[in-house]
Amino acid sequence: MMKYLFVLLTALAIFQGCQNAVSSDELPMLGTPEVGPNGEEVPHTIPDFSFMDQDSQVVNNETFAGKAYVADFFFIACPTICPKTSKQMLRIHDKFKDEPRLELLGHTLAPKYDTVGALNRYAYNLGVSADKWHFVTGEQAAIYKMAPEYMSIALNDDEAPGGINHSGYLILVDKNRHIRSFCNGTEPEDVDRFMKDIEKLLNEK
Amino acid sequence: MKNSLYLLSFALVIFFASCETYPYQQGKILYTNFCENCHMADGTGLVGVIPPLAGADYLSKNGAAVPCIIRNGIKGEMTINGRTYNTEMVGIERLTEFEITNIINYIHTSWGNDLPIVEHLQVREWLLPCQKNTKPF
Repeated sequence: MMKYLFVLLTALAIFQGCQNAVSSDELPMLGTPEVGPNGEEVPHTIPDFSFMDQDSQVVNNETFAGKAYVADFFFIACPTICPKTSKQMLRIHDKFKDEPRLELLGHTLAPKYDTVGALNRYAYNLGVSADKWHFVTGEQAAIYKMAPEYMSIALNDDEAPGGINHSGYLILVDKNRHIRSFCNGTEPEDVDRFMKDIEKLLNEK
Repeated sequence: MKNSLYLLSFALVIFFASCETYPYQQGKILYTNFCENCHMADGTGLVGVIPPLAGADYLSKNGAAVPCIIRNGIKGEMTINGRTYNTEMVGIERLTEFEITNIINYIHTSWGNDLPIVEHLQVREWLLPCQKNTKPF
């Protein structure tokens, strides 16, 4: 009996510990730290990029200057997780529609098919505009190279449905290009938690 | 005698356990595996891109077309609840008539939908115009 009580209490203590970690006010810096110019350790930083959005506008790091953004990777004809992640991105879009400090960035993984015109139609159908939610296309290699920077997977794979193996994660990047939170874009409950993290980030000084 | 009694009680347990309360369990599982990624667990689709199944007028107006759409997919414009959609849907050719029937009945009785139950023979008839796959089971 005592033994069970001990196990239970230990489990409770661990659980409590986890909860404390989660409810801390400061969001962590995620990703593998890098070495800065003076040999110091700096948090993982999203490198320079430049793509084109659904309105043929250039989207690069400057587009998000002073702003946080949520990034994901998808493609229009994706038969698996993309509609679900798009639906969750749309929830985030609707919730933060009037919040100028947050934008959304969707990278297509099939730039051959998802041209500016195709992305424009997609955005129009979703009822979203390019100044809030950028759907970007560009050189396939350049886009695929960005995926691991956002802790995401993007691989060509003929075995995968739609020919592309990719993760459905939504990534929160702060105004200093650091990753601060992520969630599984196919799990509405995880996205609920993620949206609280977005609010937390926006409330940071 | 004793053996058959065992067998009977075993059969009864299986029978009740498999029925539970919801009659379209197979339809629900198939929906989750084949339809949910796009049409969503709550049948709402994706606004402007993937039409809803929950409350969709198409189901009552064009019910006879649904089995062929599930089997062979559909391309081109279609209008659902007054809104135009134009995303290609791929068909799921491996589904049998029974499975298609169960999926339709799951859709007909979920998310507030209150559409008539369709019979397997009715679905077979509706599948005639798109006879690529004739597997009944």
